[in-house]
Amino acid sequence: MSQTMTIQHRGFRSLKARFTLRWSFWAQTAFITILALALFGPIANLLIWTIAETWYFPHTLPNQWGLKYWQQVFNPYSDVSGSLITSIIIALCAVVVCLLVSIPAGYALSKHTMPWRVGFMLLFLIPQAFPNLTVYINIARIFYDWGLNGTLLGVVLVHSVHGLMYSVWISVAAFSSIDPMLSRASRNLGAGPIYTFIHVVLPQAAPGLIAASIFVFLESLDEFTGTFFVGAPEVTTLPLLLYTASMEGNYQISSITALILLIPSIGFMLIINKFMRPEMLSKLGK
Amino acid sequence: MAHLDIRQLQAGYGDKTILHDINLQVQKGEMIALLGPSGCGKTTLLNAICGFVPTQSGEVHIAGHEITLLPAERRNITMVFQSYALWPHMSVAQNISYGLKVRKIPKAQAHKRVLDLLSIINLEGFENEKVTNLSGGQRQRVALARALAVEPDVLVLDEPLSNLDAKVRLSVRHELKALQKKLGFTSLIVTHDQEEALVMADRVAVLNQGRIEQLGTPEDIYQQPQTPFVADFMGADNCIIYQASTPSVQLNLANAAATQKLALYFRSSAAELRTVSDRTEAGLTISGVIEQSAFLGQQYRHTLRSGDQILQADSRQCWPIASSVSLHVPPHALHVFDLATHETPPSFQSNSRG
Repeated sequence: MSQTMTIQHRGFRSLKARFTLRWSFWAQTAFITILALALFGPIANLLIWTIAETWYFPHTLPNQWGLKYWQQVFNPYSDVSGSLITSIIIALCAVVVCLLVSIPAGYALSKHTMPWRVGFMLLFLIPQAFPNLTVYINIARIFYDWGLNGTLLGVVLVHSVHGLMYSVWISVAAFSSIDPMLSRASRNLGAGPIYTFIHVVLPQAAPGLIAASIFVFLESLDEFTGTFFVGAPEVTTLPLLLYTASMEGNYQISSITALILLIPSIGFMLIINKFMRPEMLSKLGK
Repeated sequence: MAHLDIRQLQAGYGDKTILHDINLQVQKGEMIALLGPSGCGKTTLLNAICGFVPTQSGEVHIAGHEITLLPAERRNITMVFQSYALWPHMSVAQNISYGLKVRKIPKAQAHKRVLDLLSIINLEGFENEKVTNLSGGQRQRVALARALAVEPDVLVLDEPLSNLDAKVRLSVRHELKALQKKLGFTSLIVTHDQEEALVMADRVAVLNQGRIEQLGTPEDIYQQPQTPFVADFMGADNCIIYQASTPSVQLNLANAAATQKLALYFRSSAAELRTVSDRTEAGLTISGVIEQSAFLGQQYRHTLRSGDQILQADSRQCWPIASSVSLHVPPHALHVFDLATHETPPSFQSNSRG
C-alpha cells in the first residue's frame, strides 16, 4: 500500500518537474526570440533596403529587387566613395593625433608617483561629461575664429578630443599592466631610459595601444555631431552623407552607407577581442 | 681592498628611511647572502646597490670607483629577479644578448657568447625558443645567463629561487652555486630561507629592521649567534627567560651569574628528553609535561609545557601525551643572552613559532 503511494507520489513529482522544465524552456525560447528580433529586426530591414530598387508603403516586401544603388554608390564619382575616403583619412589622422598624445600621457599617468594623477585622468573625461551639443557648438565657435571651420584639420581635432578619452584611459591601463621589473632589468643591463622605453616598454604596451587606436578609429568613423558643426558643408564624412541621404528619403543609399560603416566595426571588434587581455582590463582607471 | 664596498649607507623611499648605517665589504669572487625576514630591508639594499632606490647618505664603491650617484645603467651591476623579469616579446637568445646589443658588441661575437652561456646553463638548442614556453627553472637560468652575459662587476640575486617548486629549487640552487664557484663572479644573494643562505654563501649577513645584525661565515651565524634575533631566526626558536627563582628550570653554566635575568635560546633538535632529571648536570634542565607530538619523518617533535612556557623538543622516540619528562640541553647548544644588554625579539612574546 505504502509502496503504491510512493510510486504515485513519485509520478506526480516527475510530472511536475517535467512541466517546470518545459515551461522554463519555452520562456527561454520566447525571450531569445524577442531579443533576436529587437537586435536583428532593424538590421534585417536595413539589409532589405540595400537590395531594394523600389519599395512603397503598404507592401511588406520591396516591389523591385536589384543592385542598382550599389553600382551608384561604388561609382568612383559618387558622393559615397568620396566621403568614404575623407572619413578614412580623418579617422587615420585622429588615430595618429591620439597616439601622439596618449603614449607619453599614458606612460606618465601609469606611474603612481605622478602628482595630480587622478586629476589629469579626469581631465580627459570632461568633454564627455557635458552634453555633446554644447561642447561642439562652442568648439565650432572657437574654430571659426581660428579659421579651422570647414577644414580637415578642424574635423581631425574634434574627433581627437572625442577619441582621447578612450586612447588615454586604455593606454594608462596598458602601461600599468607592465611589470616594472621588466624595465629595471633593461636598465641594469646598461640601457638608458629611452632605449628601455622603445625596446621593452613599448612592445609590451603595443596590444593595448592597438586596441586604443581601433577605438579611436571606430569612434571617428561614426562621429556625427562634431563633424556636423565643425566640418559641414565643406567636409563630408560617411555619417554626414548618411544623414543627408536619409533626410532626402533616399533609404537605399543610406542603408548601403550604414552597411559600409558596419563592416570595420565588426571586423575591429573581433581584433579588439583578441588584444584586450583581462590583466590589462583590470587596470582600467587605476 | 674590497671589490664592493658599502659605507654607512642609508637609503629609503621618499622621507622613509629603510636602511640604516649599512657597512659591508665584499671581496672579489665572494658570494654573500643577505638573510632576514620579510620587510627587513634586504631587497631595498639590493635595489640601492643597483641604483633603483636613491641613497640618502653614505657611499658605494666598486673596484675603487664611487658609484653612489650613478644611474642604474652606468653601474655594471646586474640583477636576477624573483619574477625572472624576462621580456616575453623576445626569444631566449634575444633576452640573453640584450645587454650585448646595448653595448654595441658585434653580432657574431654576441651570438657566440649567447651559445657559450646557453651551454653553461645547460639549455643548448633553446636559443630560438619563446621564453613563455620555458618552465620556471629554465626561465630563471635564462635570467641568470642574461645577467652574466655583460660580465657584471657584481651580480645581485633577489630571492631567485623562491618562485620555484621545492625540487627544482634544490637543483637550481646547486647549479647556481657550482656556476659561482666555476666562474667566480662576485655576488649578493637575498633570501629569507636560512638553509639556502647557509648552503650557498661564503658569508651571511643577517638583516633586521634595516640594519645588519650579524655578518659572518655560515658556521659562525649558525653556531654563535650574537643577538637573540639571529639565534631565533637561525632556527633556535625555543626561548625561555631564566631567573634563578624558577623551580622547574635548572641552569648549570660555568660563566653565568645566578642573579642575572637571561634569555636562553636552543634548537628543538638539540634538546633531549629524559624520564628522570639530573639537576647537577651541566647545561639546561627543564621539567615539564608532553602536550602534543607530531611525526616529522626523521623524528617526532614534542610540544612540552613547563609552567607557562611552551617548548619544542625532537626525539626519535614518541613520548606519550601527558607524560612528565625532563628536557636537557647541553651547554654548547645553548645560546645565552643577558637581558640587561639585549632586547628580546618580538617572537618571544608570542612564543608560538614551531
